[in-house]
Amino acid sequence: MLGYILKRLLAVVPVITFVAIFVFLLLRLTPGDPAAILAGDAATPAQLEKIRTSLGLNDPLLVQFGTWIGQLFRGDLGISLISNIPVSDMVGQRIWPTINIALMTIILSVLLAVPMGVIAAWKHRTWADYAVMSFSVLGFSVPVFVIGYIFIQVFSIELRWLPVQGYTPPTEDFGKFLSKAILPCLTLATIYVALIARMTRASMLEVLGEDYVRTARAKGVSETLVLFRHALRNAAVPILTIIGTGFALLISGVVVTESVFNIPGIGRLTVDAILARDYPVIQAMILLTSAIYVFINLMIDVAYSIIDPRIRY
Amino acid sequence: MLFKTKTFEDAPVVLSIEDLTVRLSGNTTAKPVLDKISFQIRAGETVCLVGESGSGKSVTSLAAMGLLPKGALEVSGGRILLGETNLLDLNASQMRDKRAKSLSMVFQEPMTALNPVMRVGEQIEEVLDTHSRVSKREKKQRVLDIMEQVHLPDVERVYRSYPHQLSGGQRQRIMIAMALILEPQLLIADEPTTALDVTTQRQILALIAELQEKHGTAVLFITHDMGVVAEIADTVQVMNHGILVERAPVETLLRSPQEDYTKRLLRAVPSLVPRQERTDKPPKGGPALSVRDLDKAYGSSGWLVNRAPTQAAKDVNFDIPMGRTLGIVGESGSGKSTVARCIMRLIDPSDGSIKVAGAEIAKLTRSEMRPYRKHIQIVFQDPFRSLNPRWTVGQSLIEGPLNLGQDKTSAMKRARELMELVGLPEDAVDRYPHQFSGGQRQRIAIARAIAMEPDVLVADEAVSALDVSVQDQVLKLLDELQKKLGIAILFITHDLRVAAQICDEVVVMQKGRVVEHGKAASVLGAPKHSYTRALIEAAPGRSWDFANFKELPTVAA
Repeated sequence: MLGYILKRLLAVVPVITFVAIFVFLLLRLTPGDPAAILAGDAATPAQLEKIRTSLGLNDPLLVQFGTWIGQLFRGDLGISLISNIPVSDMVGQRIWPTINIALMTIILSVLLAVPMGVIAAWKHRTWADYAVMSFSVLGFSVPVFVIGYIFIQVFSIELRWLPVQGYTPPTEDFGKFLSKAILPCLTLATIYVALIARMTRASMLEVLGEDYVRTARAKGVSETLVLFRHALRNAAVPILTIIGTGFALLISGVVVTESVFNIPGIGRLTVDAILARDYPVIQAMILLTSAIYVFINLMIDVAYSIIDPRIRY
Repeated sequence: MLFKTKTFEDAPVVLSIEDLTVRLSGNTTAKPVLDKISFQIRAGETVCLVGESGSGKSVTSLAAMGLLPKGALEVSGGRILLGETNLLDLNASQMRDKRAKSLSMVFQEPMTALNPVMRVGEQIEEVLDTHSRVSKREKKQRVLDIMEQVHLPDVERVYRSYPHQLSGGQRQRIMIAMALILEPQLLIADEPTTALDVTTQRQILALIAELQEKHGTAVLFITHDMGVVAEIADTVQVMNHGILVERAPVETLLRSPQEDYTKRLLRAVPSLVPRQERTDKPPKGGPALSVRDLDKAYGSSGWLVNRAPTQAAKDVNFDIPMGRTLGIVGESGSGKSTVARCIMRLIDPSDGSIKVAGAEIAKLTRSEMRPYRKHIQIVFQDPFRSLNPRWTVGQSLIEGPLNLGQDKTSAMKRARELMELVGLPEDAVDRYPHQFSGGQRQRIAIARAIAMEPDVLVADEAVSALDVSVQDQVLKLLDELQKKLGIAILFITHDLRVAAQICDEVVVMQKGRVVEHGKAASVLGAPKHSYTRALIEAAPGRSWDFANFKELPTVAA
C-alpha cells in the first residue's frame, strides 16, 4: 500500500510540471498588458516601461519561468499585481472558508444521498423510488443561485431562523459557523445529492442482482444488513468516484454560491484575479486547484483498494 | 455401476411439497412456471432433480427457500411443508429465521456466490451472528471447525482470505461450510459442481455425501448431469416445462425409464466411448492448421516487477488435416484456452510457429494479421454474450464479409443461405439475438464463423453452456458442416464425453504442457499418462451407458 502511494506521488510530478508550463505560457501569451492595467488609463509609455521592468515582464519568457519556478519551490507564489499583498497570504486567507464549506457540503450530500439511493434501489419501481428520482431531476435542473435565494427568502427572511449571509471560521465559533454555513451548504448540496443518489441507485440496482446478495439472503441475513453490509460496499466504487470528483469541483467552482452568501472563499478570489489579469494570483489558483484534483484522485484510488481487496496495484 | 440402493421408507419426511404452483407475477393467463409439483424428501435421502434449462428445477428450490425473485415470480398455490410448518405461511422474518438453520442452499457459481469484499471467515461467521448468540472466541472456533470438516487446508489462513484468493473448489467448500454450520435438516444444492473441474467435482460430491452421512441431512440436488445423478442419487425426479415427469429410484430410472421425455434425455447423454474412427482419407495437401513449439509466458519482468514468468503454454505441437477435428482437453488452468487464443492471435504467443493453410501467422502484427483472419474463425462458449444484442443477426453475420470487401446484397444473400445451413429459418437474419434460445444462438454463432469461409474453426467450449439434447444437435451440426465444407475444427473442451463424440484426435493438457496426444480411441480408450487416467476416472457415471439404459460392456481403465 505504502509503495503504491509513493509510486502514485511520483507520477504526480510530471502532471504538475505540465500544468505549470501550460498555465505560465497561456497567461503570458494572452492579449492584455498587466502593466497597462496597473498604471491606469492616463499612464505615459515611460511609466509603463518602468512598471514592466520592476515586475520582470521584459525578461525573456524562459527567464520569467525560471524565476517563477524557483520562487514556487520556496513557497513564494509572488506578489499580487493589484493589491501588492503576497499571493500565498491571499490564498491562505481565502482557502479555508472554501474547504470548510466544501467538506460540509460533501458530508451533508453523502449522508442524504446514499440512503436515498439505497432505498430507491431496494424499493425499485415503487413510490419511494419514483420520489427519489423526481427529486434528483429537480436537483439537476434548478440553477444554484435560484435555490440559494429561495433558501434565504424562506429560512432567513420569512422564518428568521438563520443569518442571511456571511462567514465565521469554525475555529472562532463553531455554532456561528454552522448557522452561517448551513444554507450555502444545503444550496450546494442539492445538485450533489441528486448526482450521488442517482449513482448510488444505479450501482445498487446492479449489485442487488448479484449471486452473493442471494447467498446472503439464503443465510437468513436481515434486509438492512444485506443492503448495507453486502451490497453497498460492492456498489461503492462508482459512488466514491462521484463523491471525489464532486469534492474537487466544489473547491474550485463555488463562485456563485460564494457570491450569493457573501463568503470570502477562493472562488471569488479567482474570478476577481481573472477580471483584473492578476497573473500571480491566477497562476497560484490554477496550480492549487490542479494539485487538489491530483490529491483527491490519489485519495479515491487508495480508497478503492481499501474497499475492494481485489484492487491491488 | 454401483448404484445407491438404500430405502428410506422408515425415515421421517423432511420436506414435503404439495401441489406447488408458481406463476409469473401479475399474469394469471400464462402457463404456470411450476404446475402442481408434489414430492417428498426423507431424512438422509438424496433426491436428484434433473431437467433441462427452463424445466423449473431451480424455481422449485428457490420457492422452497422463499427466494423467488420479487415482482417476477410468485407462488400461487400449494404447500411447502418443512416438518410440520408450511413455509408459505411464514412472514419474512420467520422465513429468514428458517434459512441456514432448518434449510440451506449451495449455489452453482462459487466464483460469484461469495461476497468479493468480505473475508470468507467473516462470511461463515455471519451465519452464526444471524441465528445464534455465541462468544467471539467460540464463534471463531466453530467456523474453524466446520472449515476442517469440509477439508479446507490451512484453515487459519483460509479464514482470513478473500474469495478471489481461493480456488473454485475451495470456494465451493466455503459455501458448503456456510450451508451446513448450523446442521440444517435439508440442504438444497443447485448445480453445485457444474462450474468445477471433474476432479474437483468428484471431491465436492464426496464431501457432500460424507457430511450428509454424518448429520443425516436430506439433500435436494439439482443437476443436468446424468453422470452425477448416477453417482449420488437415491431417488431421481425428472422435470420438464414445470411438470414432474417421472420419479423413481436411481437404478430403476436409468435402467428402465418409463416416460418418453426421460428416454430422450438419457439418449442425448454423450457416451464416453469414442466415436468410430473415420476410414475415408483426409483430402490431399498440407494440414489446415499446424502448431509447432508454441509457448506463451505471462508476467515476465518489467521495470518494477521481477518475478518468474508463468508458463501458460509450453512446447505445444499438433497438426489438423482438412476435414478433421482435434480436441484439446484439460481442466481449468491447463492452458487449453491459451492455446486457442494464441492460434486466433487474440493474444501474442511468446514463441513458436502457427501455420494456417500454409501461411505462418505467429509473428504477424495486428494489421498484417487482418487478411488471414478469414482463414481461422472462432465460436465462443456463451452464446448469450457473444452476439451483439443491439444488432440483428444479419448485421452480425455480414460484418466480417463486408470488412473483406464483399458487397452488402450478396453478403446478405449468403447470410440467408447460412441460416438454412445451420437449420434456422432464413428470415432469422432480421431478428435480434434475444429472440432465440441458447441452442439457436450457438447455431447463429457458428453461421457467423462459417460466413468467412474459414479453413479452421476454433470451438472454445462451444457446447458447454448448452443442455444435453441441444448439445447433441449442435455437435451433429458441426459434424455435418465439416463434411460439407471440409473445414478443420479445433475443439477446446473440459468435457471428455463431448470430446469422445466429436474428436478424431485428442490432446490432453495439464499445467500448460501436453501430456498425451493421439487418436481419440487410444487416448480415451487406453490412456497412457496418469493424468489422463485420473481425468477419465473422475468422469461421473463413466461405467454406465446412459443412451442404452445399461452397463457399458467393458470399462475403460
